[in-house]
Amino acid sequence: MLLRGSHVIGEAAMRAGCRFYFGYPITPQNELTEYMANGMAALPDGVFIQAESELAAINMVLGVSMTGKRAMTSSSSPGISLKQEGISFLAAQELPAVIVNTMRGGPGLGNIAPAQGDYLQATRGGGHGDYRTIVLAPGTGQELAELTRKAFEYADRYRIPVIILGDGMMGQMMEPVEFPEPIDPASLPLKPWVLDGAKGRPSRILKSLILDTSAMEEHNWKLYRKYQIIGDEIPEVERFLTDDAQLVLLAYGTASRIAKGAIKRVREMGLKVGLLRPKTLWPFPKKSLLEMSRRVSDFLVFEMNTGQMLEDVKLSLEGRRRVHFYGRPGGIISTPDEIAKVINNIYFKEGLESEE
Amino acid sequence: MATKSKRGFIKIAAELCKGCYLCESVCPFNLISVSEKLNQKGYHPAVYDEEGIGIEKHKCKGCALCALVCPDIAIEVYRE
Amino acid sequence: MKQVFGRTESLKDTAFHYCPGCGHSIIHRLVAETIDELNIKEKVIGVPPAGCAVLAYNYFDIDMGEAPHGRGAAVATGLKRSLPDRVVFTYQGDGDIAAIGTAETIHAANRGEKITAIFVNNGVYGMTGGQMAPTTIVGQISTTTPGGRNPDRDGIPIDLSEMLALANGSVYIERTSVDSPKNIIKTKKAIKKAFQVQMAGLGFSLVEILSPCPTNLKMSPVQASEWVSSTMTTQFPLKVIKDEAGNLGAAPPSE
Repeated sequence: MLLRGSHVIGEAAMRAGCRFYFGYPITPQNELTEYMANGMAALPDGVFIQAESELAAINMVLGVSMTGKRAMTSSSSPGISLKQEGISFLAAQELPAVIVNTMRGGPGLGNIAPAQGDYLQATRGGGHGDYRTIVLAPGTGQELAELTRKAFEYADRYRIPVIILGDGMMGQMMEPVEFPEPIDPASLPLKPWVLDGAKGRPSRILKSLILDTSAMEEHNWKLYRKYQIIGDEIPEVERFLTDDAQLVLLAYGTASRIAKGAIKRVREMGLKVGLLRPKTLWPFPKKSLLEMSRRVSDFLVFEMNTGQMLEDVKLSLEGRRRVHFYGRPGGIISTPDEIAKVINNIYFKEGLESEE
Repeated sequence: MATKSKRGFIKIAAELCKGCYLCESVCPFNLISVSEKLNQKGYHPAVYDEEGIGIEKHKCKGCALCALVCPDIAIEVYRE
Repeated sequence: MKQVFGRTESLKDTAFHYCPGCGHSIIHRLVAETIDELNIKEKVIGVPPAGCAVLAYNYFDIDMGEAPHGRGAAVATGLKRSLPDRVVFTYQGDGDIAAIGTAETIHAANRGEKITAIFVNNGVYGMTGGQMAPTTIVGQISTTTPGGRNPDRDGIPIDLSEMLALANGSVYIERTSVDSPKNIIKTKKAIKKAFQVQMAGLGFSLVEILSPCPTNLKMSPVQASEWVSSTMTTQFPLKVIKDEAGNLGAAPPSE
């Protein structure tokens, strides 16, 4: 099936058994909201509400999630900021949810061009309090389908909000996609913690108010232990031409596609350069990076921002390897030639050709 | 041959009472007063006592106005 | 002798934490009694607010899910859309529903969400220590209106219920009070009708309940109730603001 990226996410969500979508228009992600409006209308049990705000949309997701059903919302950077209140509550109450952020240039109203300025917001929890969300960064149309399915699975498995981080370019690009078989929501396992009326069981409370400081501390550590498990279980990367690489790029999403174009160009010139592409931004695939650093002396982080994932790369390597950075914030889309030039400069400046 | 009005009585749970005295303010027969003792919360609870008062003088009809206004569900009402 | 008044089943056997003379616990009781009279304890889901009643789930023995401050109507929308045959209500104070959650409330009413809002109007932010509320009346002293609410600076109290009555999807809106036995009985009737409107699938229902906050009014409980009767009701007259419920007697009873 040939579909644009935003439609792929929508289709994959419905096939994952999501029957509840709530959203508020914001460019460049309206195609997803519109796709869900049509898709949910065509499903007998589909519910679509165009909410009065992103605040309302995320809290409608919260309400559905309390009943144990799969729900999704989507927005773009400024709207995602508004959703942070709800995301913090979802994290605190350990409720599953899928949130799509089609990032745009910022801060403030910014512009509608593709950017990656929300990396830190997404990977550090984004809202108030000591929590994390799983952050997935698809790099292809096919991955939009696969990672959207995974987003719902992770959300349910770990009772956590999951963010799919893309941008307008990912949303617009048309690629052939093979979808997994649709899931019947009725076939999903029942969740033992849901609110559905206390029939034949004691009443339940889903809440995040924990006035007792010891209990609040324990809740924080409980979340922390869960995050440790997630960190062990789900990090995912793609390795592209890294086997013999002297210099390894790190890039995700749209930036990783540009990076691949650049790597193909410099490979033609004989430079041994590869790409390590995180598919999970949180948890950050630290192990894969460290593994690669045993053999590789130089890394180049390329982002469409002023250096955000750069922090995770440096934190992972702890100064053991040289970390270079190239970034273009504000919605500028670098060309593969531009990145190839950057690679060339670093490659020869660091004398990597002589290490062969 | 006048119909005899029903009799009733109330029980005030002194430990639930927070001494707001809304019950005292609504009792049609002024049967509720303030205890001189303190409860464990530190309030002087409302008290009602018509025990052993004799049928002729017993006034509480179990109208439940006191229970209706009691914010703390400290009052149980009984009626014949 | 037989017991004619006691604790109803949908309330846990827990003492309320509210201040002496607070209207919240009376309203909790009325909601719980209504739930039991309608026999919906096993199909009701409540959404407690931020504010003094944030701990409502310590008292109601029913399923409850906490919403962020003001977002009750949005959370209730999600709950109800997911489980249309359950009875979903929000319990919200004046700051929650008429200030920070105004948008969520108006739009839920406008969509005709089949939910019920219990709107407790005590004219003050209680939990945070007595600041001006959207419903603080003109001249009323609060910690943020030390000289009294000044319309030039602070605007006049918002009539949220009247605003909601304009929404096409709202069906039943009544303003009552818990300042006297008579009004407490009326309040319970209103709550019951609001739930029945929802159960009949008619649309959005809301009961605004004027409630005394003796602590922040700096009055005795009896004085605070009198203040609600004499002063607050002049700004917020007790009345049925909207009733398009028709004959609810024909509504199907709960199972």
